[in-house]
Amino acid sequence: MNFEFALIQLLNGISYGLLLFMLSSGLTLIFSMMGVLNFAHASFYMIGAYLAYQISKWIGYWPALVIAPLAVGLIGALIERWGLRRVHKWGHVPELLFTFGLSYIIVELVQVIWGRAAVPYAVPAALDGPIDWLADLGITFPEYRAFMMLVAVLMLAALYLLLTRTRIGLVIQAALTHPHQVEALGHNVPRVFMLVFGGGCALAGLAGVIGGNAFVTQPAMAAELGAIIFVVIVVGGMGSLAGAFVASLAIGVMQTFAVASDASLSGLAELVGVTVTPQTFGYSVWKLTVAQVAPVLPFLLLVLILIVRPKGLMGTRED
Amino acid sequence: MVRMAMKWLLAAVLSLLAAGTVLAQGKGRAAPEQTVKIAFMDPLSGPFAAVGQAILKHFQYSAEIVNAKQLAGPGVKFEIVPFDNKGSPQESLTLLRSIIDQGIHYVTQGNGSHVAIPLSDAIAKHNERNPGQAIVYLNYAAVDPDLTNSKCNFWHFRFDANTDMKMEALTEYMKDRPEIKSVYLINQNYSHGHQVARVAKELLARKRPDIKIVGEDLHPLGQVRDFSPYIAKIRASGADAVITGNWGTDLTLLVRAARDAGLNVNFYTYYAGVTGTPTAMGAAGADRVRQISYWHPNIEKYPGEDIYLGFKKKFGEDWYTLAAYTSMTMLAEAIKRSKSTDPLRVAYTMEGLKMPSVMGEIEMRATDHQLQQPLFISTWVKAGGAVKYDTEKTGYGFKTERAFPTYVASQPTSCNMQRPPRPQ
Repeated sequence: MNFEFALIQLLNGISYGLLLFMLSSGLTLIFSMMGVLNFAHASFYMIGAYLAYQISKWIGYWPALVIAPLAVGLIGALIERWGLRRVHKWGHVPELLFTFGLSYIIVELVQVIWGRAAVPYAVPAALDGPIDWLADLGITFPEYRAFMMLVAVLMLAALYLLLTRTRIGLVIQAALTHPHQVEALGHNVPRVFMLVFGGGCALAGLAGVIGGNAFVTQPAMAAELGAIIFVVIVVGGMGSLAGAFVASLAIGVMQTFAVASDASLSGLAELVGVTVTPQTFGYSVWKLTVAQVAPVLPFLLLVLILIVRPKGLMGTRED
Repeated sequence: MVRMAMKWLLAAVLSLLAAGTVLAQGKGRAAPEQTVKIAFMDPLSGPFAAVGQAILKHFQYSAEIVNAKQLAGPGVKFEIVPFDNKGSPQESLTLLRSIIDQGIHYVTQGNGSHVAIPLSDAIAKHNERNPGQAIVYLNYAAVDPDLTNSKCNFWHFRFDANTDMKMEALTEYMKDRPEIKSVYLINQNYSHGHQVARVAKELLARKRPDIKIVGEDLHPLGQVRDFSPYIAKIRASGADAVITGNWGTDLTLLVRAARDAGLNVNFYTYYAGVTGTPTAMGAAGADRVRQISYWHPNIEKYPGEDIYLGFKKKFGEDWYTLAAYTSMTMLAEAIKRSKSTDPLRVAYTMEGLKMPSVMGEIEMRATDHQLQQPLFISTWVKAGGAVKYDTEKTGYGFKTERAFPTYVASQPTSCNMQRPPRPQ
C-alpha cells in the first residue's frame, strides 16, 4: 500500500464518514432531546435529496442547498407538531411505531411524486471534476467530495456553537435533562421539542442535498443508509454528538480501508505454515478476504460495542 | 351413520375431481382456449421495483402486438397477469402455488438467477407430478449458464444470452484490442457475479494469455454506497479495463465513482442499458462504458424501430428488453404451429423452433432450450449521427462497436434433457 493510495483512501473514508455524521447528528440530537428513536430519519435524508433535485432543476443548485434543508426542517416540524406530539402522551413505543410507519409513507409518497426510477440529480458544474492542485501532486480527489467535507465540518461547528454559546442552546440542553424545571421557568418545552425535531430533520435534509448527487437519488436510498446510521449512534453512544462524530469517522475510514485489503484467513494460515487448498474443510470461509466482509464490519462493531460497552463510546446513559 | 355420510361425501368429491381433470384435459386438446394467461413474476415493489415495473410494460406491450396481429392464430389472445415476487426465491415459490391454483400454464420471470434456479426446479417437479396441469417457464433474463447446462429441464426456455455466451462475444472483441493489457474484475457477490468472474478469467486465459488479471473484487449485492475505495484499488492496480456484471445502482455508482476520481479505464459491462442506469450514469459513462447485449436502440438498419417508437409513444419510457417481445412472439408462433394451447404440445413445438425475429433468424436450441441470437457490443456515446436515439433523454445513447452473428457466441452444452412422453 503506497502513500498516495493510502492518502486517497483516507480522504475517501473521512468524506464518507462526514456524510454519515451529517445524517446521524440529527438522529442523535432528536434522540437525546425527546427520547424518540426516529425510524424515519433516513427518509428525511431522501426528501432532502429529492427536493434539492427539484429545486436545482427550477432555480439552480446553490439556492437548493439552502432551501431544501429548510423545507425538510419545516416538514419535520409540522410532523412533530401535528403527529408526533399527539402520540407522545402514549409513551415511547407508539412514537417508535409512528416514525416507523412514517418512513413507509414517505417512500410511497416519493414514488408517487417522482416515480420509482432514479432521478438525474447531478453535481453542479462548478464542483464537477478533480481538485487541480492535488491533481498536480498526482492525487485525484473530486472537488465535490471536498465540498461535502467542508459542509459537514461547517455544520458541526455551527451546531456546536448553537448548543453551547446561544440562549436557545442552553434551553435545549436544560430541557434535555430537566424538562419540567425548564417548563416551570416559563419556557415552552413542546416548542423546543418541535424545533429540535425540525432541526434534526433539516440536518438530514442537508445530508440529502449533499449525498443525493454524490451517490444516486432514488426511492431505495433511505433504506440503504437507514441501518448504518443506527450503528453510528449506538457505537458513538446514544445522544452523544461527539460520539456520533467519532463513530462516523471511524466507520467511514474502517470501511474504506477494509475494502482495500485483500488479506484473508488463508493468508494468515500460510504465515504459520499451513497451506489452505480448495479441499480444506470450510474453504469458502478461509478464502474470504477482508474486502468481502467489509460491509459487515460496522454491524460487527455494533455487536462488539453492545457487549463490551453498552452505553457506546461516549454515551452517558447507563440504562 | 355419520361415517357412512362421510364416505359418500368423499366418493362424491373424488368423482367430481376426476371429472374435472378429465374435462380440463379434454378442453386443452379440443380447440385452443380463447385467452392464454401468462403470469409475469418479478419484483414490483422494493428496491428493484423500477426495473420490474418497466419490464412488465414491455410484456404487456408485446402481448398487445401478438393480439393485434393475431400472431398466436385467429382468436387466441394473450393476457399478462402480474405477480410481485419481491425478488425473493421463497416468495416466488409461494406465488407459483397460486399461479397453479389459478390455472395459468405459462410463467415468465427474469430478474435474478437466484430466483430462476429454484423456480425452474419447482416447475419441473410440479409438471412431473401433475402431467395434466404442466407449466411452461419462459426465462427472459436470468443468465446463469447452469440453467441450460447441469440444471437444465424440459419446461425451461431461455430468451436472453447466458453469461458464457456474452463473455464469449465480449472477449472476442477484447482479443483484437492490443491496448488492453491488464484487466480488473469487479462483481456482485452472488451466483451471477461469480459466474462472470469465472468465465472472464477462463476465456481471457484462452484468447489473450498475455492479458494480466490485476485484481478481482466481489462486493455485496446492492449494499455498497461508496465505490471510491474500490476505484482507488483499481487505480492502484494499474488496470486499463474493468469487466463487470454489475447492474442497477451497483453499476451506476461504480461508473460515477470512477469518473469522480478521474479513473481512465474502459468498463466492459452486461447491463448498462437497464432502466434507470443510463439516467444515473449520464455523462459519467461517456466513451468508456461498453455493453454486451442482444439489442440496443441504435443497431444499424434499425430492426425493431416500430416497437421502440410505439412503446415510447404509449408509455413515455424507453424500450430495452427485447426478450419480452422475442419470448411472446415465439410462444405465439409455437401456439399457432401446434394449433393448441396445451403446455406440453406448445413446449414440444417451441423446442428447436426457428423463426425470423427483429434481429434476424433466431432458434430455440432443442438440446438445452437456450435461444440462439446475434449479439452486439456497443459504447455509451453522445447522441447524434449514427446514434439516432438517446436513452432516457440523457443526450447519450449506445453505438454499435461490433456485431456478432449467432454462431460466434454459441456455446456447447452439458445438458442431458429428460423429456416427458411426446403427445400423440
